[in-house]
Amino acid sequence: MQFEGEHLLVGQLGHFFVLLSFTASLLATIGYFIASRKVDALEKSSWIRFARINFIIETVAVLATFSCIFYICSHHYLEYLYAYKHTSKELEFKYLLACIWEDQGGSFLLWTIWHCVLGIFLIIKSKDWEAPVLTVVSFAQVFLAMMIMGVYIFDIKIGNSPFVLTRDEINGPIFSMPQYLSLIKDGIGLNVLLRNYWMVIHPPILFLGFASTIVPFAFAYAGIQTKRFGEWVKPALPYTLFSATVLGVGIMMGAKWAYESLSFGGYWAWDPVENASLVPWLIMIAGLHTMVIYKATTHSLRASYVFMILAFLFILYSTFLTRTGILGDTSVHAFTEAGKAMNVLILTFVGVFAGLSILLFSINFTKIPADQKEETTDAREFWMFIGSLIFFLSAMFIIAKTSVPVFNEVFGTHWAPPEDIEFGYNKVLILVVIIIGILTAVTQYLKYKNTPASSFLKKLIIPTVIALVVTILLYTFYPITYIKQGSGFLIAIYIALFATIYSFIANAGYIWSGLNGNLKAAGGSVAHLGFALMLVGMLISSGNKKIISEDKFKNFMIPMGIDPLTKQADNPLENLNLLRDVPTGMGPYMVTYYGDSNATEKGRHYYHLLFERKDTATNELKESFVVNPDVYLMKNNNMSSNPDTKHYLTHDVFTYISYTLDPDQNKDTAQFKLREVAVGDTLFYSKGFMVLNSIEKNPAQNKFNIVPNGAMLMAHITIHGPDSMKYASTPVIMVDSFGINQIDDTVYAQNLFLKFAGVSDNHKVRIGVKESDKMIDFVTVKAYVFPYINLVWIGLVVMAMGLLMSVRKRAKLSSGSSAFVLIVIAIALFYMFLFAH
Amino acid sequence: MKKTHIVLLVVIAMAIGALTMVSADFSTYDTISSAREKQGKFVHLIASVDKTVPFDYDPAKNPNYLGFSVVDSLGGKTKVIYHNTKPTDLEKSDRVVLKGRMEGDVFQCSEILLKCPSKYKDDKKELEKTVANKNY
Repeated sequence: MQFEGEHLLVGQLGHFFVLLSFTASLLATIGYFIASRKVDALEKSSWIRFARINFIIETVAVLATFSCIFYICSHHYLEYLYAYKHTSKELEFKYLLACIWEDQGGSFLLWTIWHCVLGIFLIIKSKDWEAPVLTVVSFAQVFLAMMIMGVYIFDIKIGNSPFVLTRDEINGPIFSMPQYLSLIKDGIGLNVLLRNYWMVIHPPILFLGFASTIVPFAFAYAGIQTKRFGEWVKPALPYTLFSATVLGVGIMMGAKWAYESLSFGGYWAWDPVENASLVPWLIMIAGLHTMVIYKATTHSLRASYVFMILAFLFILYSTFLTRTGILGDTSVHAFTEAGKAMNVLILTFVGVFAGLSILLFSINFTKIPADQKEETTDAREFWMFIGSLIFFLSAMFIIAKTSVPVFNEVFGTHWAPPEDIEFGYNKVLILVVIIIGILTAVTQYLKYKNTPASSFLKKLIIPTVIALVVTILLYTFYPITYIKQGSGFLIAIYIALFATIYSFIANAGYIWSGLNGNLKAAGGSVAHLGFALMLVGMLISSGNKKIISEDKFKNFMIPMGIDPLTKQADNPLENLNLLRDVPTGMGPYMVTYYGDSNATEKGRHYYHLLFERKDTATNELKESFVVNPDVYLMKNNNMSSNPDTKHYLTHDVFTYISYTLDPDQNKDTAQFKLREVAVGDTLFYSKGFMVLNSIEKNPAQNKFNIVPNGAMLMAHITIHGPDSMKYASTPVIMVDSFGINQIDDTVYAQNLFLKFAGVSDNHKVRIGVKESDKMIDFVTVKAYVFPYINLVWIGLVVMAMGLLMSVRKRAKLSSGSSAFVLIVIAIALFYMFLFAH
Repeated sequence: MKKTHIVLLVVIAMAIGALTMVSADFSTYDTISSAREKQGKFVHLIASVDKTVPFDYDPAKNPNYLGFSVVDSLGGKTKVIYHNTKPTDLEKSDRVVLKGRMEGDVFQCSEILLKCPSKYKDDKKELEKTVANKNY
């Protein structure tokens, strides 16, 4: 059958480029592999040339594939399933990119593109390491290309092509009509949770972080392959630092995004997807430190191998966790399962890399030189190594806990997550924070090999005292109120606060006393200082997070779960009802739900809440702001609630709608009842009475802001509700060239609608009164105050800058232009995390 | 003693510590009848919403009280009380995971996990439904 209006060429072209990139990366792998084993210089360089050409062809093919998908999406070619699933015509341009990486295939493609960019960079920069390093990169590219290949080999489907047609994939009677395309009006569109500018920025950065972990891994392979067992560390170090920066920033961008637009009330929930990307970062940091130790002392080379190999393998493992559907119910934002064949392919990808690298490492283990000399306990490298080990162990702890669904799958067990998932992690990691805080504070003051004790103590005494004083001041003037987990945990929080403040002060101090203010060499100290600041921010903002929306009407108090540690009842009564136009007390604020409005996207509804804080003594308005959280009714009737946050330098007020009435089920069927009244008369309604005070002709001001071009009458009515509340209402009637126009007035608090229906004889007017049988208009909200959350973001940016300063130092990029780039990145990150709300 | 031995000991101690903490930290998936036997113990209940029993939820009165009934595949039945707002798709969901404790005949629920339809957007059956709804 001939179908009308399809554009099949671009899809065929795209599919061709996918196959081309697969072939070219396979050839590049083979070429680089052979080149890396050739001794003869001439043969070697000819193989390298062959491999390079293939790598460049692959890069072009990958970019072309991406362009084809972008073309399909931006032209809304709904004959392609990709466009049908992810685009819709109301999508803004920036979200067209986002809808490409919403898909499994699209995000694999993003990963591939970054591998290409890094690969080209390595071809230019890595000199004689090129052949073995790019063998690994190209080999990974082979697998990534397979993920989006969509080709059958012996009845086994390899990958899911992004260029499949809607009519081939979905059964439906309309697909047997030639003109089916004219019947499909629009695609499904981007999930509203993802319509956020972070969705445009976060995935590319995170995938650059993912992709960049392959570089140190590839260098580690190169070390073994070339038998230059220790030499790879030096060239790999800047890449490792870069990878740690980008991965760290990428993860925290996700955290910031979750904080801004998801309603789980925070930036980190120990969700498996978050953990899966945090774990490689922790191992990366561990490996980074052992590499630095090796460079300085020739210790810890084997550990560097282990950490760099595992960092990459855990990136692959996280891909397996998040993309095969194995996490099932335990994660809120894993990708959907993409079919069994795809799962097998992903598992093969992980298995091949894990098997080969572990095999190669164990065969060569004894050949890797290890310094047999004993480290002394006053040497910097010893404590750095302990720190790395702690990072690594915490990573293992997190991944073990996260992998419970995998254990269940493999061993047929039925372990479920604990009651308080977050506390399960927090109680262990608070110890990690304490150890790491103190280690990062002290270790910098030690010297490699051995340290003269007197100068060490002399330099360290001042930061120690300052940190102690600051912690005590904090305890006195701004105590942590997190008592939910008992006083033992509260003490742990205070120790952790001391440790992190200590680390912050000691590292700041070290820039002066240890490095004499030489900022060029201070990358490590700056990174530690930023990391410590971030941890301080986390401890304070979580420790003193306050729910201000606690319901005052606790008439349904039923004993809830008793916490085993604190023996205190949990209090989930954290939602508060706001009746329309009725100010309600919430924490220090009076909050009024005063209006609602529709957004440009269909189904999205904003609620306007006015927060006011008055001085209790003088009743003077101290603070006033409006937040507009929204609720989005998606096409499958799934409701999504997006918070709105008022940002201050010292705290955030975070609000979201936890329940709202479904407008369709809440239609008003009551009728107006007309009454004739004169000025001064009283009318009764079910809850009270109202008085018509006066009729005003052509009032100068009215609350509807209408300029009449004819005659206008306004009735002034005072409503006396129950419990002696008074409300004013001013319905209006207008007569102009368009005819008679009545503007009703609503008293939401009494569920009362008033209409100025007309004028009758003997100075009486007709007033329509309607008591709605519709539910009172209200929303249920949840609101938190996060204090000092900006410390988290500032700390993160400072840490990233410190890491990049180290990249600059280690890669010997001391030029002024690299300093300029650094400053630009710093400004961009500060803007993104702190100002671009 | 060599330094490496100290390191090793620290590692082993931490690993054991972590393991004991982890093992003490798991709950179980239960049926309604097995949860009844574990009165007051935190469990995960896998069940489906009993649509024959009306929901007890009046948000205007108290947004933090929801009562409903669930049945499980073995025919067990229980009333559930949840002190929070009603998850929007609870009526539509076919399978829910409830976290909480059985207290007497009532399941005191602290968290409801729904199969979120948006997660299954890629599901082909879901897409077929969308196509069908849109055009006919």
